Amino acid sequence: MATTAGVLDRTVTARRSSGIWRDALGRLMRNRLAVIGGIWVIFLILLAIFGPAIAPWHYDQKDNVAFNLAHGRPAPPFTIPNHPLGLDNYGLDIFSKLLDGAQISMSVAFVAQAVVLLIGIPIGALAGWYGGRLDTYLMRFTDVMYAFPDLLLIILLSVAFRDTDFGRALNGLFLVFVAIGLTSWVTVARLVRGQLLSLREMEFVEAARAIGVSGRKIMTRHLLPNAIGPVTVAVTLGIPTAILFEATLAYLGVGVQPPRASWGKMIAEGVNFIRSAPYLTYLPGLMIASALISFTFLGDGLRDALDPKLKGKQ
Amino acid sequence: MEEAVSLEVTPDEAARITREQRETKAAKSKNLLEVKNLSTHFFTPDGVVHAVDDVSFELGYGETLGLVGESGCGKSVTALSLTRLVPNPPGKIVSGSVVFDGVDLLKLSDEGMRKLRGKEIGFIFQDPLTSLNPTLTIGYQIAESIRQHMGLSKKASYDRVVELLDKVGIPRARDRLGDYPHQFSGGMRQRVMIAIALSCDPKLILADEPTTALDVTIQAQILELISVLSDEFGTAVLLITHDLGIAAGMCDRVNVMYAGRIVETGSVDVIFERPRMPYAWGLLDSLPRLDDVRSDRLRTIEGLPPLLINVPDACRFNPRCAYARDACRDHEPGLTPREEPGHYARCWATDKGGWIP
Repeated sequence: MATTAGVLDRTVTARRSSGIWRDALGRLMRNRLAVIGGIWVIFLILLAIFGPAIAPWHYDQKDNVAFNLAHGRPAPPFTIPNHPLGLDNYGLDIFSKLLDGAQISMSVAFVAQAVVLLIGIPIGALAGWYGGRLDTYLMRFTDVMYAFPDLLLIILLSVAFRDTDFGRALNGLFLVFVAIGLTSWVTVARLVRGQLLSLREMEFVEAARAIGVSGRKIMTRHLLPNAIGPVTVAVTLGIPTAILFEATLAYLGVGVQPPRASWGKMIAEGVNFIRSAPYLTYLPGLMIASALISFTFLGDGLRDALDPKLKGKQ
Repeated sequence: MEEAVSLEVTPDEAARITREQRETKAAKSKNLLEVKNLSTHFFTPDGVVHAVDDVSFELGYGETLGLVGESGCGKSVTALSLTRLVPNPPGKIVSGSVVFDGVDLLKLSDEGMRKLRGKEIGFIFQDPLTSLNPTLTIGYQIAESIRQHMGLSKKASYDRVVELLDKVGIPRARDRLGDYPHQFSGGMRQRVMIAIALSCDPKLILADEPTTALDVTIQAQILELISVLSDEFGTAVLLITHDLGIAAGMCDRVNVMYAGRIVETGSVDVIFERPRMPYAWGLLDSLPRLDDVRSDRLRTIEGLPPLLINVPDACRFNPRCAYARDACRDHEPGLTPREEPGHYARCWATDKGGWIP
């Protein structure tokens, strides 16, 4: 009964149309895990943006006075004034380093995914739209990329370009963006191709042709918007992988270079003191874990919210 | 209730109608559409499918022509061929000419053809649920055609959209421009499709089973709408249907198609009162009748249309025909004239010297 009333209400009242994205947002807001994930993601983004402004110290600034008071050893959180999360083994402020790490992780999260989209969407769209030979070539190339171990390729790229200007740009961060982007576009390319293959057979595409819409416009106006949902989900779920790659590279010493304080680098430095000063490892580890989990929750929530088959359920 | 149509003719519309009738009269000597020997083949791994085989017909200005037949007889492919929308590969128009308003469409450049689609030839598809893009608003989708072809500004095109939606009987049109297809019922969406087809005042509308996906009451309203609006706009209609009842009610002339060929053509009265081709008899017989008390089963034509690969030189209907003789299996009959002017049938048995009087 309630449903019937709802339907009637929708047709009778001149309700402003809601649109697909607003519907999806409504469904997303009802998913508690996704909301928690989303809030933490927003919090991390704010930390990344305003980190330099709120950091009490520069991430590379050694506090000799406090370090001497701590007898030249790492200081645990809440034990010394002016350094809320303590000092590390170099006498640097852990809180300020974590803020810089947030900036690195968040920029990797979004910029590397932008590179992924920039490569993945055109390749997938060309293959799916034109089909035939071009499709075969592009997809075999994609398969080769897919078969190659991602981390190995990223490490190879990082090492190969480390000493060039390109490799040194942004303390090596730029190279990290490109290396992750170059290895992670495969999923998006395959997804976009699959979407286009099924979408281009839809009757509304034929209908658009029948009113004389040009091929380019059919692609940009009719097909790609229909593929945005799945691509958004894939990109969101790809972010944790990118963050983890960055941390791994930094841990191995081939990613972002000092003095920038990547979370992975902080862990690598902390493991030497894992018994005497475990917080040097735990704090950045906690940041990485929470970032990964929150992006995953958000991505899962988006997948449910954007799936048209689930409409009306929940 | 939401489907109610109001179609009042305003004075300047009336003036336009008379003007169009005058134009129609002036052009009466030649046809709007002349299709000659059109063949469309599909090149599949199993062989070449002769989906449309040597089809010729013409359509006058403002006329409504029916194209009837079972599924898989080439009706839709014929319509798609006219606008060169046959999926290629595997489909290809291999021969023939399609002269539309003096222009051979098959010789036109791709760009020229694209400019014609939607402007001169409108298309109404079978399933309004899938022929509208779910991610674009109704207003945008109707305006798309107008903007494409008439070069109107965004605002002017939306004014025209409101006018069109009013015309096809969608209440509170201006409020619904921003709505998405899923907020419309099936019948309303087909009205939107009609609005899109009519948006640029086309000379011809190709309606491919426009009511098959709709329930019977909505069907009648949609057909009425197509018929009223095509009269008002002076638009010719090529109506593809497998429902002979619809063809009888809507069309001036009817082409019966079977296995990629036109097997009978004539005015709607002749086809329904004095058909001269056993396939047409079968189609008419299979209509359920209120006064038929003999049997409560529906009558059918036994068998299926043939696969159109390696078609032999024989009447294509002969395996399913109760009257077939050796002659039917030896050679394919031509489309030959029958008694009434403009009535042609493809059948040895009813031709001169045939065995059915």
